[in-house]
Amino acid sequence: MARPRLGAGGQEDDLNIVVCVKQTPDTAATVTVENGKVTWGDAPLVLNPWDEFAVEQSLRIKEAHGGKVTVISLGLEGAREALKQALAMGCDEAILLQDPSFAAADTLVASAALAAALRKLDPLDLALFGRTSVDSDTGVTAAQVARRLGWPSLTLVAAVVAVDPQGRTIEVERMLEEGRQQVRAQLPAVVSVVKEIGEPRYPSFMGIRKASKAEIPTWSAADMGLQAPSPAVTWPALIAPPRVNTHCEMISADSPGEAAAQLVQRLMEEKVL
Amino acid sequence: MADRIFVYIDHHLGEAVVASWEALYAASTIAASMSSGVTALVVGDGVRSLAEEAIAHGASAAVVRESPSLKDFRPELYADVVSGVLKESRPEVLVLPTTGRTRELGAMVAVDLDTGVTPDAIALEVEESAVVATRPIYAGKLLTKEVSRTRRPQIVMVRSRAFPRPTPDTARKGPVDVAAVTPGASATEVLGYRASDGGVSLTDASVIVSGGRGVSNNGRLTPPPEITDEKQQEIWRAHQGFELIRQMASVLGAAVGASRAAVDAGYIPYSNQVGQTGKVVAPDLYIACGISGAIQHLAGMRTSKTIVAINKDPEAPIFKLARFGIVGDLYEIVPALTEAFRTQLGK
Repeated sequence: MARPRLGAGGQEDDLNIVVCVKQTPDTAATVTVENGKVTWGDAPLVLNPWDEFAVEQSLRIKEAHGGKVTVISLGLEGAREALKQALAMGCDEAILLQDPSFAAADTLVASAALAAALRKLDPLDLALFGRTSVDSDTGVTAAQVARRLGWPSLTLVAAVVAVDPQGRTIEVERMLEEGRQQVRAQLPAVVSVVKEIGEPRYPSFMGIRKASKAEIPTWSAADMGLQAPSPAVTWPALIAPPRVNTHCEMISADSPGEAAAQLVQRLMEEKVL
Repeated sequence: MADRIFVYIDHHLGEAVVASWEALYAASTIAASMSSGVTALVVGDGVRSLAEEAIAHGASAAVVRESPSLKDFRPELYADVVSGVLKESRPEVLVLPTTGRTRELGAMVAVDLDTGVTPDAIALEVEESAVVATRPIYAGKLLTKEVSRTRRPQIVMVRSRAFPRPTPDTARKGPVDVAAVTPGASATEVLGYRASDGGVSLTDASVIVSGGRGVSNNGRLTPPPEITDEKQQEIWRAHQGFELIRQMASVLGAAVGASRAAVDAGYIPYSNQVGQTGKVVAPDLYIACGISGAIQHLAGMRTSKTIVAINKDPEAPIFKLARFGIVGDLYEIVPALTEAFRTQLGK
């Protein structure tokens, strides 16, 4: 139901926004299995590329309406770097969620921890996510957090059309397989974004300075009053995918037309066509 | 006795997606080892006919739950209904196709029932009465097996095109349990839909023709004089290149894809992007034109059955993954290939 409320800055229009991020290996990394564990060699760990879009979207909403953006991450100490990246881009505060019971977290555990943090940060207006993380690649955490909080879930958002802090609504365009869907939902809501929302900004010089000095508190499960559930799924085996082809048959001919004809003939012989 | 395996039939406004039938097939591969039939679960408004379709595609029975307020898919309302049915029927496995809708639905039902959820499964096996799913991680750079040994039901979503589509047999019959439900209020209102450009969807396509940074690489093309900006001239050239790719795609009934480099350069919308931060695809035939093969692109298309690469650079990494390669100028090769396909396919 529509009800005016005072936001983060004490102004009626101010919005209290949280963006949930993860640290992942760079997408250029060569990822392999070594002694049954995933390794990415010397490749850097970065702010999950999808989450950069979520950070960008939250900053745009803040710039349009005023308010505050808090960035949170469930992770190990290294995740502080991802949080600092988000601070450098313009987020106001960061919190690291860390607890022994979050180890080997599946989405059930991760969503419980994130939902607990959001409850502690309440009253909130929006929680933003990237559509998925480039490592475990499940894309279900945002909807699970929404379910735990009883908030509407708006995933795969390509455009935030309007946020109405007074009417307590958000209107978005979602990207479905069949095309775009226009949806309006009540706040607070969970939003996960895709790349179409627009290019994430680069951190400013001032932002980097601010981030390097930022104090990032750590919240444990107990700090959030959470008894973390035990993970439901386990991962009994990691497999390097079989090499699809080792030999590429190069087609060379005197003219493009001949090369094309040869290729089509080979595709017929191999029953591809 | 109720079946131990339920399959959720995903649909858009009452029209089933093909991936739902693939999910039925996937479920049928584990049904025998679980000594169970497969019950199709259909939720929506006026969706009874989907129950018959599901039975034709291999379901042994169907459960239909309907309400006018379920016309538009809203994950919260659908999850309430699905969780309710599962609590009552207590199957051991719920199989869903993986789509934008079911990713939310499966996620929420898993929270409701305090169980695990495995999206994008590409293979299923039964081991000690648990379903072990194989799914790609790191956009297919690795595969992982995933299992929920103790919680029930297990929720497994299968990836589009990972399993074959069963041939429907309309003579098949099975019991259909239809009931009306009354979902609660929703905080979400669907305002409308805007169809995509009408092209073939990347994730459903059996053939994909993709273009990369190389599509703008044609110095012989002279942009119209009113385009003076160098970047705009490059984009104009790229549009000519993608037009050639579209023509080939149209002859093949294929979807048009693109590398991240082409999308980032502004040649083509993001919805066409294939790769780790785009769509992960697995068509029967993938034709890469002017794509060098950055690791993040390869991750998104490496499981394609047959890959053809056309590139000027014989050292391009894409040739390491390709079954067939042509070194040459795509502005010459692609039109020649389009003609050859047209002749072969009699179009």
